[in-house]
Amino acid sequence: MTEIIIKNGFVFDPINKINGEKMDICIKNGKIVESVNEHKAKKIDATGLTVMPGGVDIHTHIAGGEVNTGRMVRPEDHIKDAVSKTALTRSGSGYSIPSTFVTGYRYSKMGYTTVMNPSMAPLEAKHTHEELNDIPLLDKASYPLIGDWWFVLEYLQKGDLESCARHVAWMMDTTKGYAIKIVNPGGLESWGFGKNVHTIDDQVPNFCITPREIMVGLAKVNTMLNLPHSIHLHTNNLGLPGNYLTTLDTMRALENVPNNGKPVAHITHLQFSSFGGDGWGSMKSAAPEISKYINNHNHMTFDMGQVIFTDTTTMTADGPFEYTLYQLSGHKWVNSDVETETSGGIIPFHYKKNNAVNTIQWSIALELALMIEDPWKIMMTTDHPNGGPFFAYPKIIAWLISNKARMATLKLCSKKGQKKSLLPTLNRELSLYELAIVTRAAQAKALGLKNKGHLGVGADADVAIYNVNPETTDIANKYKGVRRAFRSAAYTIKDGKIVVKDGEVVENVSGRTMWLDVHTTEKVKVDDDMRNRFKQYWTVEFDNYPVYDHYLKVPQAIAVKASI
Amino acid sequence: MTVIKSVTCPICGCLCDDIEVTVENNEVVKMKNGCAVCEGKFLGYKGEHRTKKPLIRKDGKLVPVTMKEAVHAAAEVLANANYPILYGWSSTSSEAQRVGVELAEEIGGVLDNTAVVCHGPSILGVQEVGIPTATLGQIRHRADLIIYWGCDPWSAHPRHLERYTNFTEGRFEKSEWTSYMTKLKAHAGNRKLASAMRIEDSKAKPKPQACYVGGSPPELSKGGRKLIVVDVRKSMTAEMADFFIQVEPNKDYEVLQALRALVKDKELDVDSVGGVPVEYLQDLADALVNCEFGVIFFGMGLTQTAGKFRNIEVAIQLVRDLNSKTKFMIMPMRGHYNVTGANVVSSWQSGYPYGVDFSLGYPRYNPGETTCMDVLLRDELDASLVIAADPGANFPKNAVQNMVKHPLIVIDPHMNATAMLGDIVFPAAFVGIEVDGTAYRMDSVPIPLHKVVDPPAGVLSDEEILKKILEEVKIIKAKNAKVA
Repeated sequence: MTEIIIKNGFVFDPINKINGEKMDICIKNGKIVESVNEHKAKKIDATGLTVMPGGVDIHTHIAGGEVNTGRMVRPEDHIKDAVSKTALTRSGSGYSIPSTFVTGYRYSKMGYTTVMNPSMAPLEAKHTHEELNDIPLLDKASYPLIGDWWFVLEYLQKGDLESCARHVAWMMDTTKGYAIKIVNPGGLESWGFGKNVHTIDDQVPNFCITPREIMVGLAKVNTMLNLPHSIHLHTNNLGLPGNYLTTLDTMRALENVPNNGKPVAHITHLQFSSFGGDGWGSMKSAAPEISKYINNHNHMTFDMGQVIFTDTTTMTADGPFEYTLYQLSGHKWVNSDVETETSGGIIPFHYKKNNAVNTIQWSIALELALMIEDPWKIMMTTDHPNGGPFFAYPKIIAWLISNKARMATLKLCSKKGQKKSLLPTLNRELSLYELAIVTRAAQAKALGLKNKGHLGVGADADVAIYNVNPETTDIANKYKGVRRAFRSAAYTIKDGKIVVKDGEVVENVSGRTMWLDVHTTEKVKVDDDMRNRFKQYWTVEFDNYPVYDHYLKVPQAIAVKASI
Repeated sequence: MTVIKSVTCPICGCLCDDIEVTVENNEVVKMKNGCAVCEGKFLGYKGEHRTKKPLIRKDGKLVPVTMKEAVHAAAEVLANANYPILYGWSSTSSEAQRVGVELAEEIGGVLDNTAVVCHGPSILGVQEVGIPTATLGQIRHRADLIIYWGCDPWSAHPRHLERYTNFTEGRFEKSEWTSYMTKLKAHAGNRKLASAMRIEDSKAKPKPQACYVGGSPPELSKGGRKLIVVDVRKSMTAEMADFFIQVEPNKDYEVLQALRALVKDKELDVDSVGGVPVEYLQDLADALVNCEFGVIFFGMGLTQTAGKFRNIEVAIQLVRDLNSKTKFMIMPMRGHYNVTGANVVSSWQSGYPYGVDFSLGYPRYNPGETTCMDVLLRDELDASLVIAADPGANFPKNAVQNMVKHPLIVIDPHMNATAMLGDIVFPAAFVGIEVDGTAYRMDSVPIPLHKVVDPPAGVLSDEEILKKILEEVKIIKAKNAKVA
């Protein structure tokens, strides 16, 4: 293994409280080490450059059945962004749902090294893993959708948390998953017959349970199992005007879940859950109400779900929400319900500057990021590709660090939307240190990834170097240069290998797929009863259901000791 | 003697994975749970026509050669071709398909799968309007109205009814199999009777068939699951259906549009559409609107008749309309066991499901221009690789003539028609019997395929053969680049 020394860079490593200090970072055997033999080590001169841990994305739809159906139905999306084969890299297509190889290359070019695929129907988990194997240069993991899984609904309805927890542990192993994903709890099961739930206390048809009971139950299960991440939650009523009340109810419902000092839930793409008003005409930002609550409570984390003005593809397990979008747009509509587990849908969507609602959405995400005081609570995402493709991140970076950048964009937006935007009242501009928090450190911390998101000794040698000199650059003023720098990293180092140089891929490596190997004192009994229930619930045999080890090209099991 | 349970059947898009196979001395000797087609494949995979050595055509005759020779010859052809086509892929594993996409990219070829001659139009229809669909279990648990349109599952997907639709027991819907079986038996009895009568009275001619059969509304208002068949002839599935609508050939589009109008409470000022009296369409429209969860399964009767992808588009439009009144789904009855996988793999690697042209160094997709059929009929190819399909037997004559004009490489377990026309032939192991892998069911659910016996000595899997060819192609290209 080669040794590398990154010399003289300005290091931003918030987990270790390093704020722009000029220092050397040493790498050996794929890990950050105290020192290396300077004569032998490859030197990277980072004088005048910004050095950060590799980027971590907590929520990005990059692989699996839903994503791939999105690719399949949108040839018009690919044609404008064809990617050629090179001696080192595979060809493919880009834009809102890039092909697998292109996804890996584009993330890596921006200095990202770890991404989380947040939506995996357990029945189709093999598909997700087959695709993850074809996404190079990144470490990856997936969250199985289990909020509307019949086993969960039945055990929680009976109040049998321990059995529920054991089955969730089994599901992590069976799907090779990383966290509990809950989407529109109760709504997806209701969608099986074309219905939905509208408050967190609505009854789910046929199951005598409410969304509140599902969320609280699974949050407790998460604590019992000591999973590294909290429950990962997509709220009820997502994307509907006035839904911030549901979001507030949801956050309050989870206040009293025991948490061992860690967050109990992560509400994802918060923008889509922070709509005020009572119809599309009166729709407005509820960022003040939401951020006020968040600033006074510490039991949850969030990500933005920033909207980018472009043609993109929305895709979510929230089938009823996609149906609402279909009614609004009349665009091509994919619905994909999965037996016993979840639902799903896809609608192409063009966020337009001259549209008031889209402008307000764009504004809400930024308002949240600026009004929530603690950057460790709100991370940068677009909910790729729902708010926009991930390779638009440098644009968001510019908006976060520069009021000037925000105003330049707002100026081009719908007049009605401009009037409703709260951005002109917000002067906060994130520093590079805070930027490092919202793009990697906070994400790694929330995910419980001990070796990611920082550059302390023992961390994975995932490093990003950007051509930004914090000493000589006024980043808020010169945001265009910063945007350019974050679009193509000067270097991306993955597991101690230089994979990107000056924004071009220079070496091809496979990343790992992480999954949780949860140890409970008593395992799920695979007896005749379990097999019989299985046969009744699914159309696939029990033995053909699990994702066996060989489906993961480079597996990394993370052992977790449960407290049950 | 070992009994292997939960084996997946590598035949049709149903991918039944509950097959029990008994193996003795590396040979399948007994089967359980499979349909006749499944048993035929598992018990007959050691057919007498099976070759076990690669063959190369020399002086007009196919002669056995070593694997190394065959791989080198195939790689030479492909590496030096300008515009090769790589066709087939639907009866092999996604693992092999993955290598296939890379090979196509490496040689700048046209990658296409059998969807081009079956459900390609379905994909085009979906690309126009999307598709509201679900996994088959969702239908098993919830559907109370099942429509088969332009397909005959009883003959072509024999266990579809039994595993996923009317014959199954779901959480919210009960099985109806006894009533259908009784009906089918009664029909069989009536037929025998009619046949006996005909023999009795040799002058009697068979009566012309009515354009609709058994269509009384009471049958449609019965409780439980309902089965409706729409087809141009009374198929086996239609025999037991609760309601059968016989459409004139090539008139499906009109009938579907008429249904859309009726579902939207519009009146039709004609007496019949596509040979079907409007009152019967009205009965059907009422059934569609009044169900709790309906589904349309469609086959090649819709995709490959007049209108083609427009038929699919309008069928999906009908389903979209119905979702404002009830829950309604639609699904293509995919044929080959992993044709869905071929579309899936091609999409995740290139962005496009079939007919992908890599000749410019990046994937390009424009059916009508970039499918292998387009290239064949324009006679633009200069070599072809055919794997896990038999275009020699079922492509149009002109296409096959153009195919055999140029070097033809065939990878297949069978000595099929294409292999007999081939210049380089690789015998392959049977995927799902002699090698394992993954296949995608018609509803895109991935299911593992299992190896139950060893392949004959020296016979490799599709994946291994493709990898060898790909490796050799890269070596040859590197050499060529040096010389240049």
